[in-house]
Amino acid sequence: MPKFMIWIAALAALIALPHGLSFSQQEILVFLTINVLLVASYRLLTLTGEWSLGHVVIMGVGAYTSALLTKKFGVFVPVSMLMGGVAAALIAVLLSFPLFRMKGFYFLIGSFAAGEIIRLLWKRFRDPFGGAKGIKGIDPMPDFSIGFYQFDFFEPTSYYYFAGFIVIICLWILWRIEKSPVGLTFHAVHWQDKLAQASGVNVRAYRTLAFAIASGFAGISGALLAHYVGTINPNAFDIDLMVFVLTWAIVGGTATFYGPILGCVVLTVINEIVLRELGLEQMRPLIYGAIMILSILFLPNGLESLVQKATQKRAGNGAAQRSPAE
Amino acid sequence: MTNFLEVKNLTMRFGGLTAVDSLSFKVEHGTIHGLIGPNGAGKTTTFNMISGFYTPTEGQVLLRGEDISGLHMHEVARRGVVRTFQHSTLFAELTVLENALVGTHMPFRPNIFAAIIGWDKEDRHGAEARAKEALEFFGLDGLLDEKAGDLSHGHQRALGMAVAYASHPDVILLDEPFTGMNPEETRQMMDLMERLKADGITILIVEHDMQAIMGLCDNITCMSFGKFLAEGGPTEIRNHPAVIEAYLGGARHVA
Ligand SMILES: Nc1ncnc2c1ncn2[C@@H]1O[C@H](COP(=O)(O)OP(=O)(O)OP(=O)(O)O)[C@@H](O)[C@H]1O
Ligand SMILES: [Mg+2]
Repeated sequence: MPKFMIWIAALAALIALPHGLSFSQQEILVFLTINVLLVASYRLLTLTGEWSLGHVVIMGVGAYTSALLTKKFGVFVPVSMLMGGVAAALIAVLLSFPLFRMKGFYFLIGSFAAGEIIRLLWKRFRDPFGGAKGIKGIDPMPDFSIGFYQFDFFEPTSYYYFAGFIVIICLWILWRIEKSPVGLTFHAVHWQDKLAQASGVNVRAYRTLAFAIASGFAGISGALLAHYVGTINPNAFDIDLMVFVLTWAIVGGTATFYGPILGCVVLTVINEIVLRELGLEQMRPLIYGAIMILSILFLPNGLESLVQKATQKRAGNGAAQRSPAE
Repeated sequence: MTNFLEVKNLTMRFGGLTAVDSLSFKVEHGTIHGLIGPNGAGKTTTFNMISGFYTPTEGQVLLRGEDISGLHMHEVARRGVVRTFQHSTLFAELTVLENALVGTHMPFRPNIFAAIIGWDKEDRHGAEARAKEALEFFGLDGLLDEKAGDLSHGHQRALGMAVAYASHPDVILLDEPFTGMNPEETRQMMDLMERLKADGITILIVEHDMQAIMGLCDNITCMSFGKFLAEGGPTEIRNHPAVIEAYLGGARHVA
């Protein structure tokens, strides 16, 4: 029962949150919500031990798909978002054929190359992708009312509630997968693929499954972004954003479900509130790089290890703590 | 039962080195079959070919008459042939129970959609029951929440066998299961092997502990430098001149 109350309180806080913020902070809150899904989906991929550099481009696949479906075929916006996710997952399945011939470092480089090829295709083919300028005037989410609340999607707060709702559902699904026998098999594939195979696990299929699921949810996050900002282009999904995703995951830690989310929230707050106030925004990549190096040196198990220590102290003697991936 | 598991002219070459050279033998259903030979004889390589970890350069592995050589390891496992590894190969970061749960992958195949909705409760309970049963069988039921990497060497060997046993195998390939165990533990393990055999599980075992091998096996195949050397019951093998000769360079004593 008390646990239930904590969730209610957290939900109430999330609903109240935008009302204490300025307009531009509310906008940042929307991006943060979308990025939480992006980084949480990335973690599912890291469960099988693979680190991709193409995740952000896959997010872009979801964004482009959803944008084009609404623009060219008039698909209803929330439906197009779902289809964006499906398209991203399908592209991942296709990419898995060349990419899963590689492991570790080679997979990392291969995924980067695959991502760059997709971005080149967006730039090269004006029709339908709009070339380097991308797609403009993407349909917004249509306004609607649920009786006590009127969704007006020119207001960031409304979009925050909408995106938040979608993201919470997605996080719940990701959580259910991780805590299921499928999630255990992902861990098994990561830690000892030989023994997993000897136990009858089709390692290749499970790697592909994790890659497809992670990509599907990244695609949904991309679609959420596209219909909020209204314009997308190939550079919105370049390696810069990928470096941010990596930084969030590494600074937060990837041993727990909440680690990367924590990293994303804390770094966004530091970035948007502190740096912007100090006028240091131009130095963002530099400061992110420094934070990443410092955290690897001084907090190798990520922010999550601080949380684990704190909660374990309170619990007296903590349950066996799993060491982080890699 | 004829020709339950048979290897025929099995050959494995690594570059210029022929690790296994045209090896043939048969394993009868429901028996404990030993595979012995001095260090480097090619025993682990043979296991690797039977289990699908390596594709043989030449030759065949026949299971109930079906050629399974060249299949992936998980495909071989799904036909009922499950192996353990010479060096304790475990999910060191996972708990003992989680290790055994991975072992139940085949009888309780995970379904992602059922898992999300929560319609796989029965399977999860079944898998957990089976995992605990396998752990109890190998005397590990007191260690469910320990990390596998923190276990003693003997317990790690036992867990490796429990993971294999959890999958309800027809054949278990054991690569040096008794290393790191004291004589008392070894004796207990031998009893467990006998019980597995009584359950109808066929065991193919590689082991350097000759006392254990002689006490346990119905049939023994001896190989040396990748080649077949001799085959027979424990007494035959113990007194076989070629076997004694092969071991004089290495362990200096047979039994
Ligand atoms: N992957 C490999 N590449 C090259 N050579 C190998 C490989 N695996 C095994 N060998 C060689 O093949 C020969 C047989 O090795 P194997 O491991 O099968 O012997 P073994 O009988 O299991 O020995 P032990 O009793 O020491 O475990 C050895 O000479 C070994 O060096
Ligand atoms: Mg060996």
